[in-house]
Amino acid sequence: MADKELKESPTDSSDECSDQEPSYIFYRDRPEWNDIVPVELHEGPFPVVAIAYSDRFKDIFNYFRAIVLKNEISERAFQLTSDALELNPANYTVWQYRRTVLKGLEKNIQKELSFVRTIIEDHPKNYQVWHHRRVLVEWSGDPSSELRLTEIVLAQDAKNYHAWQHRQWVLETFKLFDHELEFVERLLEDDIRNNSAWNQRYFVVKQTSGFTEDIINRELTFTVNSIKIVCNNESAWNYLRGILSHCPTGLNGHPIVEELCQFLDYNKSEAPFYFSFLVDRMEEMMQSDPLKREVLLPKADQVLQLLATKMDPIRREYWLFLSRYLNSQFAN
Amino acid sequence: MTSFTISANSLQTEPLEEITHQFIELCTPRIHLDVEGNPTVTSDEQVKVESTIEHLLETFLENHEIDDTLPRLNRLQIVDFVRHGLSKLSTSYECLDASRTWVCYWNLHSLELLEVPLADETKDAVISFLNLCQNPTGGFGGGPFQYSHLAPTYAAVNALVILQSEEAYKIINRTNLYNFLMNCRNEEGAFALHVGGEVDVRGTYCAVVVAKLTGIVDQKLFSGTSDWILKCQTYEGGFAGTPNQEAHGGYTFCALAALTLLGQESKCNIRCLLRWACNRQMKFEGGFQGRTNKLVDGCYSFWQGALFPLLHFLLAKSDQYSEALDAEKWLFNQEALQEYLLVCCQHPFGGLLDKPGRPRDFYHTCYGLSGLSIAQHVNGLVSGKTSIVGSPNNELALTHPIYNLGVTAVMSALNYFNSQPLRI
Repeated sequence: MADKELKESPTDSSDECSDQEPSYIFYRDRPEWNDIVPVELHEGPFPVVAIAYSDRFKDIFNYFRAIVLKNEISERAFQLTSDALELNPANYTVWQYRRTVLKGLEKNIQKELSFVRTIIEDHPKNYQVWHHRRVLVEWSGDPSSELRLTEIVLAQDAKNYHAWQHRQWVLETFKLFDHELEFVERLLEDDIRNNSAWNQRYFVVKQTSGFTEDIINRELTFTVNSIKIVCNNESAWNYLRGILSHCPTGLNGHPIVEELCQFLDYNKSEAPFYFSFLVDRMEEMMQSDPLKREVLLPKADQVLQLLATKMDPIRREYWLFLSRYLNSQFAN
Repeated sequence: MTSFTISANSLQTEPLEEITHQFIELCTPRIHLDVEGNPTVTSDEQVKVESTIEHLLETFLENHEIDDTLPRLNRLQIVDFVRHGLSKLSTSYECLDASRTWVCYWNLHSLELLEVPLADETKDAVISFLNLCQNPTGGFGGGPFQYSHLAPTYAAVNALVILQSEEAYKIINRTNLYNFLMNCRNEEGAFALHVGGEVDVRGTYCAVVVAKLTGIVDQKLFSGTSDWILKCQTYEGGFAGTPNQEAHGGYTFCALAALTLLGQESKCNIRCLLRWACNRQMKFEGGFQGRTNKLVDGCYSFWQGALFPLLHFLLAKSDQYSEALDAEKWLFNQEALQEYLLVCCQHPFGGLLDKPGRPRDFYHTCYGLSGLSIAQHVNGLVSGKTSIVGSPNNELALTHPIYNLGVTAVMSALNYFNSQPLRI
């Protein structure tokens, strides 16, 4: 069974050992490499996390180590890094050395962008490939393929963290926000529960218009409509709270939010996110108006008991904590 | 009450006082996702996972009728798996050739949690190997002849700390390490993972931890760092890898742990973070997800689970919230997490995994066990409590929620290094 770690580079299981390729020649058998003394790993008699490397892997990295030690900047060194990366695209030393060679040989950036693109396609959750891409775009100053590339990767996995991160960097660095809200809305149409898309929406608003009164109204309308359709969608509720954090009136007092609460009350909604929101509304009211505490505190307690025992019992400790907290703050 | 699975619309109300944490039936009702007639990719995936978990939980409850020592942590098999992995790895581990110090740490920490003593030859061999990974420019690479990188540096330092010997501690060249950290630092106080590498909150966490453990912190090293970390808190309350990105369990752990080490933990929005963290526990599966609307994964048992001791510490220091804390409980469902790990995340041949159907590996074994330890032990400032689900033999050693190392190992290292001069 193939054991794969997901720490830095969750590679998929299509990594294969292709020692069986008929045309493959080991570096140790290549005459154009016989000036190089390969550097083998000698780690002592007691193996520690010793990997059973294939011959091909050992051969390539023996030569890679030799090249790095002599700091050779050459076309053959460059090719060697390609071979090494095919075997382990998570080897950051190889990527870093490759960048040194790229610079030293003044190699064509567009070709390199194509190269890293093919690796991204096979290893979309690898840190090193995305970082390499970013460095290339920094060098070339040309972001023209980046939105398309991230869009393609996101079409396969709409929540790929690296793809979103790269996309945000491109948008911000090159000020390419023009069509991003459209893009986000399409993704939300595809999957209203896509939290990465909601997060991106917040980012676009923040970096473009900012949270003006008009924009707040627009965003609240959008979010409230979404909640009315899928009430148990935490992404929408988190976004709602995020927008309201820019609202001077807080959770209470905005007509769009008041209407949502009336709607949910009328429809006897039992969504835990709604009840949790109600408690926070009550807390805010009790904070700003001491006269309301006597009435609201028992109500808040009632909702919290309901959450703890019936609506959302897995979070019982949290609901009970909030109850104790509110009582300590607002009880007489 | 034999049925524990409940669809959202037909709940039985139970009075609070009678919810007891026994292993006769599951500790808490499990509630399925309500798709609300609006299926999307997200809900489709979630429903699939819930179905697998439901089946496993049903089978478990049937077995439990016959054998009430269940669930059992398969200690012997895990130890065999991990001990073997500390020594040899199959060819499929070529993809982790740049993370061998990590594999070292994952396996040593798993053994530490299982309280398996190490033979002297093993310790010596590990020390020699890690020494080969250290670079003259400071820090450690993922293997010999690899450039230094903050993540394998963190792993190497942690592994040496677990060995708990002066011989291990002395390997670390602290002067060079300091220089390496300074080389990774940018103007804002954030850290790239390696020279010429990416900047994110993992780098910051790794840098702060190794500096604190080895006693090389000065005024310059972390100037501006906590301000940068704070910029990574999102509107959801968790922290992202870089400012504006999505809140994520791994990065949130790194952020809060680093802030705590820097003494700046109270500067974040605590209520928002607390709400986000509590919402990451899955109401059906009992384990944690990494991000809103994503799937459960055993490794988040630690990344998300460890937030709770840190939050507890933070809240206990505040006048506002300290009274409301329960000294014997974290603010998440400890039993449900233990149930998820023990019933759903154990591989039949030993080792832990992400979720049923995934392969076992050393990373998930380490973080699954680490999360289990946190769920089993509450250490409030005044008192504490141990709650073990299943057999009492399931109890693991305590892990420190900042470093994810045994608490005695941490104390021992801090004592040693803090009696050293700042830099050689």
